[in-house]
Amino acid sequence: MDKLILGQYIPGDSFIHRMDPRSKLISAVWFIVLIFMASTWWTYGMLVAVVLFATVLSSIPLKFYLNSLKPLAFLLLITVVFQLMFSQGETVLFELGWVSITQEGLINAVKIILRFVLIVIMSTILTLTTTPLEIADGIESLLKPLKKLKVPVQEIALILSISLRFVPTLMQETEKIMNAQRARGVDFSSGSLIQRMKKVVPLLIPLFISSIDRADQLAVAMTARGYRGGDSRTKLRQLTWTKLDTTVMLVFLALTFGLGIGRYLF
Amino acid sequence: MEIQFKNVNYTYQPDTPFENKVLHDINFTIEHGSYTAIVGHTGSGKSTLLQHLNALKVPTTGSVWLGDYEVNASKKQKALNDIRKEVGVVFQFPEAQLFEETIGKDIAFGPQNFGATEEEALRLAREILPVVGLDESFMDKSPFDLSGGQMRRVAIAGVLVMKPSVLVLDEPTAGLDPKGQLEMMDLFNRLHEEEGITIILVTHQMEDVGKYADNMIVLDAGRVVDQGAPKQVFKNQKWLQSIQLDVPQTVEFANLLAEKKQWEVERLPMTLTELADGIVRRLEAEKQVNGHG
Repeated sequence: MDKLILGQYIPGDSFIHRMDPRSKLISAVWFIVLIFMASTWWTYGMLVAVVLFATVLSSIPLKFYLNSLKPLAFLLLITVVFQLMFSQGETVLFELGWVSITQEGLINAVKIILRFVLIVIMSTILTLTTTPLEIADGIESLLKPLKKLKVPVQEIALILSISLRFVPTLMQETEKIMNAQRARGVDFSSGSLIQRMKKVVPLLIPLFISSIDRADQLAVAMTARGYRGGDSRTKLRQLTWTKLDTTVMLVFLALTFGLGIGRYLF
Repeated sequence: MEIQFKNVNYTYQPDTPFENKVLHDINFTIEHGSYTAIVGHTGSGKSTLLQHLNALKVPTTGSVWLGDYEVNASKKQKALNDIRKEVGVVFQFPEAQLFEETIGKDIAFGPQNFGATEEEALRLAREILPVVGLDESFMDKSPFDLSGGQMRRVAIAGVLVMKPSVLVLDEPTAGLDPKGQLEMMDLFNRLHEEEGITIILVTHQMEDVGKYADNMIVLDAGRVVDQGAPKQVFKNQKWLQSIQLDVPQTVEFANLLAEKKQWEVERLPMTLTELADGIVRRLEAEKQVNGHG
């Protein structure tokens, strides 16, 4: 349960912690686009350097980033195996029956691992240095232009921040009910797949019931305190875009040019 | 079953920035057949300690002896179901654990996990209902149609049905009306007296501690700061208040009598009857002195 990355905010006062959530969100998305622009080793090198630099700036121990990769290791492994086995190529390195591993396949696999790891680490930087509520505020602010298209941005943001707010609560609740059922003899960690799925029922039903109850109470509490959606709402937490954020955006712009040039020159 | 804590420490999320040591060097013994109260203000580590009583949590260092079975960090945990059958835990707001379509099936859930057949388990469920003050007609009702108090009884029945020899209760009366609270505490006391079940009660109600418990453990900031008979522990009202705890109202009343009227009511009264008896004795003694004087 502790390994879930979502909401694993680590308080701090680093360069990245001080950035506006909006610029962090933009950077993260921008970076993912850049990764798909990368093609040559040169460009990959630049991106790796950026990620390494960012992890250092976040002043969060490397261990946390490595932990974030762990749950995805299996997925990564499967992708690599498929790449190795089914890539077409000319330079055959190794052959066994119908399976042949080619140099091209190997290079593709390494690149895919790199992309994957870079994306995960970059998004982990975002979630480790930004509170879930800040992220929700940032998304709301970034989506504002969509209001003109009659998209209910505020409602979406409210749903988002309520969901994020209740993730830890739900996790606590899950642990509580798990404990109660374990005390009644359920062993959640053993048995076949079907047996295990059956064991989830005594966990899920109480969770559903308490979540619905809680939603009801929250609605009453919000109404009682006069909540109304709409444009007239002001914000408790104001986002402030500083020079720092502009600088980061400029760095990304430069990086994009750098990559564009790198793609053709090297 | 005797329960013994030996130098138990517990740390949440060790080796991370969230590291939080909640239990510090806990030592105590809960004897077989005793009625022990665990008190401490919010955040003193009661809930964490409680989860060690049936091996839901394993101490970071030190060991917990549950009868002949030792729980410690270096040992792979086996036979946990034997332990969990022996030590029944009623968590706070236990009605949250109900999930089956019928009350009968819900109560039968525990025994079935411990190897009983469905038939056997349902028979046990039927037998246990009167113990918690519900009749057989409840067997086929949905637990979600009940009142809060009744749901609590069903949840408690779901633990009692496993016939534990130790019953751990985490604030079992929280949120019940006064009559329900009294009935609930009487139920546990009856189980203790008639069936010899060891009771471990986590509570904020000092009146209940005074009335029922023969042993009490006081926790403050994850340490055991006092333990012994309630009569001993409640002697020091000022100190208890300094760690945000209190004494039963009867003791407070007796202390006030001593302070304001210099009336020494000889013993620390744990119940209203004891207090009243003490006052009567005191009045009679006074009358005798005056009569002779």
